[in-house]
Amino acid sequence: MSDRISVAKTYKLYIGGKFPRSESGRVYPVTDTKGKFLANASHASRKDVRDAVSAARKAFGGWSAATAYNRGQVLYRVAEMLEGRREQFVAEVSASEGVAAKKAQSLVDASIDRWVWYAGWTDKIATVLGAANPVAGPYFSFTVPEPTGVVGVLAPQESSLLGLVSVLAPVLATGSTAVVVSSADRPLPAITLSEVLATSDLPGGVANILTGRASELGSWLASHGDVNALDPTGAEPSARADLAREAAGTVKRVLTVPDTEPDWTADADISRLRRYLEAKTVWHPLGV
Amino acid sequence: MGIFEYAPAPESRDLANLKSHYRPFVNGEFVDGSGEPLKTINPATEEVLAEVGTASVSDVDTAVKAARKAYNGVWSKMPGSERAKYLFRVARLIQERSRELAVLESLDNGKPIKESRDSDVPTAAAHFFYHAGWADKLGYAGYGPNPKPLGVAGQVIPWNFPLLMLAWKIAPALATGNTVVLKPAETTPLTALVFAEICQQAELPPGVVNILPGAGDIGAALVGHGDVNKVAFTGSTEVGKAIQRQIAGTAKKLTLELGGKAANVVFDDAPLDQAVEGIVNGIFFNQGHVCCAGSRLLVQESIAEELLEKLRYRVSTLRLGDPLDKNTDIGAINSAEQLAKIKGLVESGDAEGAQRWTSPCPVPERGFFFAPTVFSDVQQSMRIAREEIFGPVLSVLTFRTPDEAVTKANNTPYGLSAGIWTEKGSRILWMANQLRAGVVWANTFNRFDPAAPFGGYQESGFGREGGRTGLEAYLDV
Repeated sequence: MSDRISVAKTYKLYIGGKFPRSESGRVYPVTDTKGKFLANASHASRKDVRDAVSAARKAFGGWSAATAYNRGQVLYRVAEMLEGRREQFVAEVSASEGVAAKKAQSLVDASIDRWVWYAGWTDKIATVLGAANPVAGPYFSFTVPEPTGVVGVLAPQESSLLGLVSVLAPVLATGSTAVVVSSADRPLPAITLSEVLATSDLPGGVANILTGRASELGSWLASHGDVNALDPTGAEPSARADLAREAAGTVKRVLTVPDTEPDWTADADISRLRRYLEAKTVWHPLGV
Repeated sequence: MGIFEYAPAPESRDLANLKSHYRPFVNGEFVDGSGEPLKTINPATEEVLAEVGTASVSDVDTAVKAARKAYNGVWSKMPGSERAKYLFRVARLIQERSRELAVLESLDNGKPIKESRDSDVPTAAAHFFYHAGWADKLGYAGYGPNPKPLGVAGQVIPWNFPLLMLAWKIAPALATGNTVVLKPAETTPLTALVFAEICQQAELPPGVVNILPGAGDIGAALVGHGDVNKVAFTGSTEVGKAIQRQIAGTAKKLTLELGGKAANVVFDDAPLDQAVEGIVNGIFFNQGHVCCAGSRLLVQESIAEELLEKLRYRVSTLRLGDPLDKNTDIGAINSAEQLAKIKGLVESGDAEGAQRWTSPCPVPERGFFFAPTVFSDVQQSMRIAREEIFGPVLSVLTFRTPDEAVTKANNTPYGLSAGIWTEKGSRILWMANQLRAGVVWANTFNRFDPAAPFGGYQESGFGREGGRTGLEAYLDV
């Protein structure tokens, strides 16, 4: 008998809780850092972006209205699933980023820990950022943070899993929903993450993950009328001004991000959470 | 009518200390701007009030340089406790000169003296008091132990609340250690230039505050200046988008307070008389020149007729006329241009089939006035239900269920404010949750306080002014 032929996997997009092929039928080859062919990934199109945005919009009502406690539980459940797939992620991060197994292990562990960290924020962020406003008058006035809406995320190009988790988890923790374009050349951990999300309790459409080129898809996200915020981390620095101009058409919130990819292993803070939150101030008269 | 007859009760125009000529304020001094001087008029009489020197693009550069020098040399280095004392001084001086400021504001803007006197000027002082206290407590604001200022702030403000918007912009900027170059609106530069005098009286270091009167091109030059680190704009959504586009790709931090088309939702169990007062306050305050005005009234169908009847009666008692009369409720529209815009939108309401009712109040022959107007039978697709009118024009729509009210209220690209009128507490909180708006007033409307964050969702802009949240706009966090 010859050696066993492995079962090759066909990689697809993750939209609305389902795994469709790209509407365009396009695929592109994914290789490891040494150029060895790993798989063909779906190359998302403009139509796929639109479908993903509409799925994210549809999911927004339910996800944003879920109790913070519930959202925290759901996100923690994702971390459990990540842990379960740890070995697969290590292999994919190692192949994608060309790092040794030990380094890949520590990156995966950091990714899981980061997800847990953000999961724990869901039911605390309102306490930290909200306020009872001491207004000068007979009124009760309070301010609560609320999710911004649908967020378009161009995931980091270098850090295939830890970077991705660091930009996606804060969006979900606020109660916003996401359309993510994965790292173009290192999409495998993103595809596996979408399988994790699909088998966790995260409602379909809350996170949508497209494989493809930020340079092509970023513009559709930036100009889309139903996207409320844009994280341009994965865009070429030279392309960011154009993205920001397109985003201005609908007064999108555009994150300010550094030109070079930050060190994702550094501790996270709440700045990303803050950027996906609106402050709602409610007033009511006091009296008898 | 005829129940209330009022004798004229005019406030003295002399209190304004009106001068024939005003000049830009740069580096602690009033200077001759190299732009074309403009004449600012009294919109209630169309008389020229004063000539105002304006800035040119080169003056923008001079002002930014002055602000940078003050930032590097003095203001960012000064302990917060010292900055605080300057801001407290400014607040006190605004209070002490409040009569002068109120009269001047009413002359230049056209708003009733009772509003400039009781609302604009005291609230402007309150913003300086509030932020003064933050200057030495920024480590407690929730942005880390020692948050840093951004640098030079370029600020562009509108004509509807000239002094108050200045306070909203300058007070937090200075408290957090930034220096500012501010461009007041072309039609309402006067109180900003008296504020500049106040900065001198407070002995604020030169360059910390610079005021450049001018038109949109000066605003664009200021916003686009390479040495400006922070841009803050309040005004129309259209201009806000242009600014966002203009500075795209730069490191400038931006906050925008833009337009609105607020829904004021009245349920069948609302206390009707209070609701009527709230509706009137929501749309006719400041002639409806309010970005968060309750311009779309959503009434539960079962009470629509009764409410409309009460509303029309109440609106017909509003007194329109001389802004300096202490009994005037509705003053002048700020400019001929704005009056034309209001008229155009009202005509579209007629053309699209809404039912127009206009208050029978007498309208002065001179000046820019527009009688309070209420449109009923308004459909969501009509321009008067979708576009910001920015005038004393109310559009009334109806709904049957709370869900329908939410859907209609949220059916707009704007998201600045909303109102809810009902006696049912659980419904208020449910509605407040559902409405996609930055400020929700329940059983009240148009309340402002420096301690309460204000700002919009979606195309009403981003960032907040006021409260702890508002400090973020001026900090490097």
